[in-house]
Amino acid sequence: MTRALINTPKQAQQGEVIEIRAMIAHVMETGHRRDAQGAAVPRNIIHRFQCLYDDVEIFAADFYPAMAANPFIAFSTVATTSGVLTFAWTDDQGTIQRATAEITVV
Amino acid sequence: MPSRSGTRRKASRRAILKSALAGIATLAAPPVLGQAKAHVIVIGGGFAGATCARRLKAADGTIAVTLVEPNARFTACPFSNAVIAGLRPIEAQYFGYDGVKQAGVDIAGQIVVAIEAEARQVHFADGARLDYQRLVLAPGIDIRFDALPGYDQTAAEIMPHAWKAGAQTLLLRRQLEAMADGGVVVLSAPANPFRCPPGPYERASLIAYYLKTKKPRSKLILLDAKDTFSKQRLFEAAWKTLYPGLIEWVPLSGGGRVIEIDAKTRTLVTEFGSHLADVANVIPPQRAGAVAIAAGVADQTGWCPIDPHTFESKLVPNIHVIGDAAIAGAMPKSAFAANAQAKVCADMIASLIRGEDPREVKLINTCYSLVAPDYGISVAGVYAPRDGLLTEIKEAGGVSPLEAPAAQREAEATYAQAWFQTITREVFG
Repeated sequence: MTRALINTPKQAQQGEVIEIRAMIAHVMETGHRRDAQGAAVPRNIIHRFQCLYDDVEIFAADFYPAMAANPFIAFSTVATTSGVLTFAWTDDQGTIQRATAEITVV
Repeated sequence: MPSRSGTRRKASRRAILKSALAGIATLAAPPVLGQAKAHVIVIGGGFAGATCARRLKAADGTIAVTLVEPNARFTACPFSNAVIAGLRPIEAQYFGYDGVKQAGVDIAGQIVVAIEAEARQVHFADGARLDYQRLVLAPGIDIRFDALPGYDQTAAEIMPHAWKAGAQTLLLRRQLEAMADGGVVVLSAPANPFRCPPGPYERASLIAYYLKTKKPRSKLILLDAKDTFSKQRLFEAAWKTLYPGLIEWVPLSGGGRVIEIDAKTRTLVTEFGSHLADVANVIPPQRAGAVAIAAGVADQTGWCPIDPHTFESKLVPNIHVIGDAAIAGAMPKSAFAANAQAKVCADMIASLIRGEDPREVKLINTCYSLVAPDYGISVAGVYAPRDGLLTEIKEAGGVSPLEAPAAQREAEATYAQAWFQTITREVFG
C-alpha cells in the first residue's frame, strides 16, 4: 500500500488526554464510477481502521464509500502507561497497512 | 484598498456640503439638460477596477465614472514573483492612474467607510458622500489573519505572505538575499479558492532558480493544503529537470496542511510535524477585500456571489463585483480574468443604463507562469454563464504540452512578458 502518517505525543503525563492523528494515502474508490470504456471500476476502499494501545483496542472505525480519498482521522485517548500504539488500515483488496508509535508516560 | 471603519460618520448636512465645496464638488454628477447624468462608481483601482472604469467611459461617454482608489500608485502582482527572485526591479510593477484619468474617469483618492445600498450612496472617510446609479466593487483580496493560528499582522512581518505586491514582496526578497547558502526556505500554499492558483508554484520555481544559481546548497519545502494544483504536471516535470532535489512538494495527503504558525521560531506546524525555516513564506487563506464585506455582498465563504451575466451581486442590487473578490465559478482569480470580467461588466452596465438587452458574451482567461526566466508555461480557458455560474467550455482551452522543445518554453516566457506589457498598457497606459 502507500504511506501512512501518524502524529502522537512522544511523552505524556499519566491520565492526560492526548490527541492522536492518522492519515493514509488511499484512492478510496467508491465502486460507483465507470472508466473511459464504460466498465465499472471495482470498489476499493479502506473499510476498517483500528488503533491498539498495547494490544487493547482503544479506537476503531468502519468506513463507507462516501469517505473521501486519503482519509484523515483524529481522536483522543487517555495516556495510561508507557507502551506502543498500533494502527491498522484494511482495504477491500485485503491489504493491511500498519504503523506504530511509542509513547512514554511519566 | 479602502479600509472599513465600521462606524458611519455622523456629519451634519452643512459639514458635508462644506467638504464638498472644499474639493470634491467635481465628483458629484452634474445635471445635464435637467436630467441627471448616470453615475457609476468603481471602488478599487487594480486590474478589475481600472479596466472597468475605462471601459465604461469607452462604452458610453455620457456616463460619469468615478474610480475610488486611495493609493496613488498600483503595484501589480503578476511578475512580482520575479521581483522576489531578484530577476526584476519592483519599479517595473508600479503603475499610476494618469492614463485612466485621461480616459475621462474621475479619480477619487478616498477611503470608503460605508456603502448605503438602499440610498445608493458611498460614504468616504472625510465625510463626503457620492450617489451612484450602479456601483462596481473591485476590492481584490484581503489576507485572513483570523484563519491560521499564530499568523497575524505581526507574524507577517517575520514570515511574509507577499500575496499583495509591495512592501511584502520586498521583505521576502530581502530575507532570501540575507539567507546563508544551505538554508531552508519553507513556503505554504492554502486550500482553494485563493488569488492566482498557479502563483505558489511559480514562486517556488523562481525561488528555486535563485537558490540554484546563488545558494546551491539550499533547499525549498512547499507545504500544501491541496493534493492537486494548477499546471501540476508541467510544474513537476520542470522541477525534475531544472531543480532536481531542490524542491520538495508536500501535498495534503503527505501531511502538508499547515495548521499553526510560530513566528518567534519561524516554525510552520502541520498536522503531522513541524518545519523550522530560515526563510518562511506563508500564503494564508484569503477573502474578498474589506469593502465587499462592509457592503454586505460577501457570503459566509468570504467571497461574493454574482450573476454570471452581469456580475451584479446576488445579495445586494445595483452593486456589481468583479475580479478576485467575486465567486466566478470556474474562472480563476487572475489579472487576466479580472480584466475580462471588468469589460463584460462595464458593457452590461452601459446596456442596463440605456435600457437595452445585454448581449451574451464569453470570457477568456490565460495564465502564464515562469518556471525559470527562459521557461514559461501557460493555461487558457474559455467561460460562459451556465446554470447560474461561469462554466468552463470544454475543448476550448488547454495547457502547454508536457513534452516541448526548449525553444517553445522560451517563447512562452516571452509571451508572458508581452502579455504583461499589453495588459498594463491597456489598463493603466
